Formats: sequence, C-alpha cells, structure tokens
Amino acid sequence: MKHLKDREVAMIEKKANQIRISVIESLIEAGSGHTAGPLGMADVFATLFFSVLRYDPKNPQAEERDRLILSNGHICPVLYATMAHAGCFPVKELLTLRKFGSRLQGHPHREYLPGIETSSGPLGSGLSQALGMVLADRIDRPQSSTYFYCLMSDGELNCGQNWEAIMHAGKEQPHNLIAVLDRNGIQIDGFTRDVMPLEPLEEKFASFNWHVINADGHNIQELYDAFGEAQSALQPTMIIAHTVPGKGVPQFERDYRWHGAPPGKGPEDILTKDTQGECALKQLRSLKGVIVSDCD
Amino acid sequence: MLEEAIHFHKKVFTTREESAPIREGYGKGLLEAAERDIRVVALCADLTDSTKTSYFKDRFPARFVEMGIGEQSMASVASGMAAMGKVPFFTSYAMFSPGRNWEQIRTTICYNNVNAKVVGSHAGVSVGPDGGTHQALEDIAIMRVIPRMTVLVPCDAEEARKATLAAAEYEGPVYIRLQREATPVMTTDVSPFRIGKAQCFYRGRNPKVTIFACGAMVYTALEAARELEEEKDIGVLVVNVPTIKPLDKEVCRYAEETGRVLTVEEHQRIGGLGSAVAEYLTEQCPMPVYRVGVDDRFGQSGEPGELLEHYQLSKGHIMQMVRTILGVKYVS
Repeated sequence: MKHLKDREVAMIEKKANQIRISVIESLIEAGSGHTAGPLGMADVFATLFFSVLRYDPKNPQAEERDRLILSNGHICPVLYATMAHAGCFPVKELLTLRKFGSRLQGHPHREYLPGIETSSGPLGSGLSQALGMVLADRIDRPQSSTYFYCLMSDGELNCGQNWEAIMHAGKEQPHNLIAVLDRNGIQIDGFTRDVMPLEPLEEKFASFNWHVINADGHNIQELYDAFGEAQSALQPTMIIAHTVPGKGVPQFERDYRWHGAPPGKGPEDILTKDTQGECALKQLRSLKGVIVSDCD
Repeated sequence: MLEEAIHFHKKVFTTREESAPIREGYGKGLLEAAERDIRVVALCADLTDSTKTSYFKDRFPARFVEMGIGEQSMASVASGMAAMGKVPFFTSYAMFSPGRNWEQIRTTICYNNVNAKVVGSHAGVSVGPDGGTHQALEDIAIMRVIPRMTVLVPCDAEEARKATLAAAEYEGPVYIRLQREATPVMTTDVSPFRIGKAQCFYRGRNPKVTIFACGAMVYTALEAARELEEEKDIGVLVVNVPTIKPLDKEVCRYAEETGRVLTVEEHQRIGGLGSAVAEYLTEQCPMPVYRVGVDDRFGQSGEPGELLEHYQLSKGHIMQMVRTILGVKYVS
C-alpha cells in the first residue's frame, strides 16, 4: 500500500470527527446506548472506510467486497455513523438509532440494514464468524484477495469463544483475516486490568501463531500502515489498536462509566446531565479538521 | 397393522430384522448431499468418527473443518461459512451442540438468519454407559423454542439419511437429532419423507388411542401397538412425527380419530414432542394428552435397555399407559 498523503490524512481525520459528532447526536436522540467505545474507534472506522476497505456504499452487498465484521456490536453507533458519512444512507437517518421500526437496531442486525455483514451484540462470536467466512472463501478461492476485517473489543477477550477462534485461526493460518482489537482498557464494571487482566496480549496472540501489530488507534497514518502490513502478512493478523475511550471529549475520556451511558445519562461529577450532550458536541465541533458546515 | 403406504422394510418385525445406528444414516445422507451440492460443507468438534461425519471427511477433505473441542466457535464458524454461501452441517454430541452453544446458535445462526444445520448425535438415555453428562434430554426443547429453527428427529437410519438430504435442500436453520444405538431399520428408500409431515405408521382395528412418537421410540411404540392389538385386542394409531417444528397440522386429524393422545419420546417430558403436540391440540382441538418421556430427571450409566426400562420408556410402559388412558373416564 502507498503512504497516505498529508491531505488524505487530514481528510480522514475530518471524517472521524464528523463521525464522532454524529455518534453523539444519535446517542442524545436515542437516550440510550454506548458512548466511550464509538468515540474511541472513530479513527479506526474512518481509516477503514475512507482508505482501506474495498467497499461500494451504493452497492454494499457487491460480491467483490471486503467484509467488515463487527464483533462488539454495542459500538454500532460508530459503524452506522461511518456508513452514513460514507454514503450508504442519509446522515439524518442516524437520528432513528434504537427507535421502533429503525434500520439502526440497538445492536446491529444483518437483515435490517444492507451492508451489515452479521448481527452481533452478545460478545465473543465475531472472530469465529469472520474465520468461517475466510474458510468458506478459501475453499473456492485459495488465493483470494478479499480481506476479512473483524473489529473486536479488549473486554470481550474475557469470552472463551474468542480463544477457540484465535487458536483455530492460528492452525488454519489464513492470510486474509485481519482482526482489530480496540485496546481501550475499559469494560462495564471497570478497567480491564481490574475486571480480568489481559496482558501480556501481544505475547498471547503471538504464541497462538498470529502476526501482531501495535498501533496508535488515533494516528491515521499509523493505522493505515498497520493495515498495509497486515494485508501483506502470510498469517492472520491482530492489530492492537491502542485507543482512548471517549476520545474527543476530554470529560468522557478514559472513564469507564461512559462505557454504556449516553450523553445526558452519564456520571455527574464532572458535567451535569443536562450539559453533557451540548458540551460534547461543542468540543467535537471545535476539533482540528472539522468544517462545521459539513456536519449537517 | 403397518400402513402399506409407508413401504416398510420387508424384514421389520421378523427374526431377520436389520439394525443400524441412526447417526449412520446421517453420515450417508451428508455424503450424498455433498455429492449433489458443492455448497455443502461439514464441521465437527473432535467427534468425526462417532458422529459418522467421517464419511464426508474422507471423501471431501477440503470441505471439512476440524474444529477441535470448540462447539461455541463451531456454531459461529458455520454461521460465517453460511454467510459466504456454503451450506454447513456442524456436528457433535447433542449435549455439546446444541447443548453448550445455544446462544451462538440463537444469535449467529437463527437471529442472523443463515442457512446452517445443527446436528446433535447421542441424544437420549440410550447413550448408555457414558452416563447422564452425555445423555441429551433437553435438546428438542431448547432448539424448538428458537424462532426460524426447524427441528427434525428421524426414527431410523434411513429416515436420518432422508432428513439430512432434506435439510441440505431446505433454506434456513435446521436441527437434526440423532441417536447412538443400533435401531431397527423400519423405513426404506421409497418411504415418504417431507419436512413438516407426520406419517401414520400403524393403524389398529377400531383405534382408541393415538400415539405420536419420534426417534428410536417409534419402533418401541410400534412394538407396543402390535402387542396391544394381538394380546389385548386394543387398537391404536401410531404416528411418526419426524418434524417437531413446524408441527404437521394433521396431528389434529389423527388425534380426533380416537380422542385420546399419548406422546412418546426419549427426551424430557417438558418441552419436547409431547409439549409441542399438547400446545397445538390445546388450541386447535382440545383433548387429554398423556406424555411418555423422562420425568424431570437426569440420566445415568447403564445398558441402554435397562435405562429405557428404568426411565419408563419401554414397550411395557407404553402399553400400560394406553390401558390407563382407556380406563380414565372423561367429562366431555
């Protein structure tokens, strides 16, 4: 893969911040949902959709597409917002998130919205599904150039099923399976190190015969290079994306209490409930690279 | 007498009767389905020989996925393969799949609406010496409660072969329940089988009770029916119900022929064939429904025959239940 030009990086950064704004707007309207993960993964999603994925927003089910499998379905506000900004559906539809009759289910459903590869929410099963897709593809096309990206969380590594899949992928050695781990260090009950320590993660994955790349999950160029390296690897690759939960809103950042709360229903020791939404939007709109008039 | 339309095996109920494990019919059916349809793939969780998935593996190694002992991942890997257009059959003992991986089956297969087939072998107490840990008695209940799931319980190896072929052609999630022990082969390649269809196997003279049965217990019910007629002059209907879900609406007609229903299965009395029949009849043509099955207990080690006797799943118990039902006076 080529190196990204500065203006391409700036474009993706701008998209990421637009996605963050849409995430907050949709969560405020929904009145429920997850805040920390979607904000933290906005840069990864923007990098994928605007520079890496082979994907046609006007034909999201085209045969020759890369697959993006979201294992931690609860961060779907960022998937929906990214898809909308990529042109899959109108941005204003994001305001139907979690409402009755919406295509944007609280956790994604394959049949509701074209472009969603699988239904997810119960944690720990996405990597197995991605592996199943890879194995099926390999039967027909051993030299396949389709990539299967599985986005997953660090907390869901608590689930035993993930380790079944990690072991299995280590055995099968598919070259085109690329997992991205959102290493944000939090889960519902607290910090991952307290709830269920995961380290040393890099060594764990490597010992299961995976190629492992550490990347700053907010550095577009670094993420882009990580995807490039993963694509050329002959092993399954785990990109450990080190992210800040709640990224972009300093009052939300690194605070696990924002895992499952929307603005307006989060912890009140820093911001009162009635100011959480507006404060978050104000700060996101002031971020570098955002042209406010583009946000509508 | 045995229904002619079923084209029973000529040797059934003779001294030269042939037996085969129901799971063997699955192995043959899977191989046949794979020969007909290139999309058919198979997965197994370290039980390839005993579930007879080995027939497929030997013939189509490139289309076989050895999962190791990972039933949860197996269900989801199958889901992923189905999403890419394959028709995956994934197999283990019923206790582990669908026993251990229920949520993966619910979410990644049924909720997700993909075309994957769950195959659970070694169901029922007739597993024998392995004991209660390995005797699935709840699998029908936990599969039939999931929306979109079709549940098949073939009565012999030949019907298992046909059920497997039918599942391969059917678009959507299917659970096939298999049993370990050698079971008399009653049906033949010309016996009718269709998903969703129950078949009357035995029609006694002036029948007084309708017996609905599934799996290997169909043979036991037929034995009971023959003896009741020959020795007690009591006529019954025996209806084979290989599709628990969707249940054939014709069960109403069979039930109304006699007005008294007995269900027979090697499964908990809660949640299986008996529950399915009772639920349907309660709404459509209410009448008393008695259920032979395991009565809210776990299995244990023993020989299949002694376990079936102990858990009141024998021919003698079915006959006793029929006499009890006929002795009860109903207020209509």
